[in-house]
Amino acid sequence: MDFSIFAILAQDGVTNGAVYALLAMALVLVFSVTRIIFLPQGEFIGFGALTVAALQSSQFPRLIWLLIGIGVLTFLVELGSALRQRRYKPLPRRLLMWSVIENLIYPQFIWLLAHSFDWQGMPMAVQILFTLAITVPLGIMIYRVAFQPMAEASVLVLLIVSVGVHFALLGMGLFIFGPEGSTTHAFTEWSTALGEMPVSGQSVVVMAVAGSLIGLLYLFFDRTLYGKALRATAVNRKGAQLVGIGTSQAGRMAFGLAAGLGTLAGTLIAPLNTVGYDTGFVVALKGFVAAIVGGLASYPLAAAGALLVGLLESYSSYWASAYKEVIVFTLIIPVLAWRSLTSGHGDEE
Amino acid sequence: MSADNNSKPVLETRNLSVRYGKVEALRATSISLRAGEIVTVIGPNGAGKSSLLNAIMGALPSEGQAEGEVLYQGQDVSHHAIELRLGKGLALVPEKRELFTTMTVEDNLVLGAYRRRKAGWSYRDGLEGIYAVFPRLKERRHQLAGTMSGGERQMVAIGRALMSDPKVLMLDEPSLGLAPRVMAEVFQVISHLRDTGVATLLIEQNSRAALKVSDYGYVLEVGDVTLEGKASELARNPRVIEAYLGAKH
Repeated sequence: MDFSIFAILAQDGVTNGAVYALLAMALVLVFSVTRIIFLPQGEFIGFGALTVAALQSSQFPRLIWLLIGIGVLTFLVELGSALRQRRYKPLPRRLLMWSVIENLIYPQFIWLLAHSFDWQGMPMAVQILFTLAITVPLGIMIYRVAFQPMAEASVLVLLIVSVGVHFALLGMGLFIFGPEGSTTHAFTEWSTALGEMPVSGQSVVVMAVAGSLIGLLYLFFDRTLYGKALRATAVNRKGAQLVGIGTSQAGRMAFGLAAGLGTLAGTLIAPLNTVGYDTGFVVALKGFVAAIVGGLASYPLAAAGALLVGLLESYSSYWASAYKEVIVFTLIIPVLAWRSLTSGHGDEE
Repeated sequence: MSADNNSKPVLETRNLSVRYGKVEALRATSISLRAGEIVTVIGPNGAGKSSLLNAIMGALPSEGQAEGEVLYQGQDVSHHAIELRLGKGLALVPEKRELFTTMTVEDNLVLGAYRRRKAGWSYRDGLEGIYAVFPRLKERRHQLAGTMSGGERQMVAIGRALMSDPKVLMLDEPSLGLAPRVMAEVFQVISHLRDTGVATLLIEQNSRAALKVSDYGYVLEVGDVTLEGKASELARNPRVIEAYLGAKH
């Protein structure tokens, strides 16, 4: 292997690592705030990529059907829980009104938007923003329907629910998008060379977007009240409840953010890879390996783990291409051994 | 005492019971406190004191079940979520403090005002008020809460609760694990709270110190209120002296 191949593989590894880092951040965020292992993350990769692809080929983004459907379901769940508490207090009219707006009117509004513009001609950034306007509320609704009613359950029960949600969304994905995968347009045709190494514009865009998102996340957690509230919930749930940060509000914020990050990860890989309804799962699992390196708790370690996973994958695809996935996922064994030796037990809560 | 006996209680429990599965921790307890009053509940370990506070706040662990009424300014709040009770003016400083240990002192305090959003009020005003009461927290405002001493943590916990602008402050064993000198400091702060019009419900193992700062007291034993009265009278009651104050003097 000469230097130029080494450099190209490194570039590949870091580019993929940047995407895994976004996914790992989202997994750490959701787990530390809600104790849920966010398996449906992979579906959002597919939803994001396929929705942008649909917009670019002038098709109706059919994910909106799912948004409308789950919106109705969410409204019914909220109405049900309000009716059940009617014995103790009057119907929370304002809350229900908001529920109507968020879960019934907003999806219709998005549907209307999808029909009233020519999305094919829009710049890619606008298409991605519109996709986020579909997937982020979807993530919040999924939390509301599937997880919020059992937020106090054990980690294992939450994991099982998570597996269920993953399969349900996978099935919906197949129904909505069909078995065919798609690719999206390239972000840019521009490319350059650093010495002997060709640098693709695509890689530069991926790294820049992922890097600035990580920077924004840092600012969000460090500077804003909502970010601090999420961190507080992760550090001490009881303390957070006592200052009025509701578990469910924090959970919804975490799921909204995670759905957004998953979607963006999907749109970042879609120009280079054919993404189908089920592609996301394996990609998200690699993000999960990275999150495990960070103990599902540390953002910087998770990001470092993501780079490690990306590089490992890239070099093993050169030397032992058939065993690429095996090598990446085997990484989890030494990592778990190392973590169990260095950290004490009993940190379940 | 600033409040006369005819004024309406700001907080009242009526036949409040708490059970964990089949175990009854608190039995039909009725207590009340008025604005500007310090009321203490003393009693041995496991008498249900913490359950009482957690039930009033709505912060019982998920296996705990409360029954009975919690009246805040005459309104039953026993089915409200913690956030709503907090918004109305209840605040709890729990026995374990439950601080955000990996965040700075100032962030802990700011999060205390998470529910407090009013036009023209900024959390900076609130911080100034807290720093006036606890000057040491101002010096250490950029330090991580987890690196503070026991007494300082207790101050952060009380400061965080005060940031929500409570009308009723509930303190669960504020002197637990503190050195006597630090403990005296904490009790001094508690007695100052009376001047701000906040009603304080205090739970203490250190009955002597608690009765000294309080206006009124209840004795809670195995889930029942067995005795109540003015704090000064309780402190002279032979049964109380024997069971809770006796040993040392």
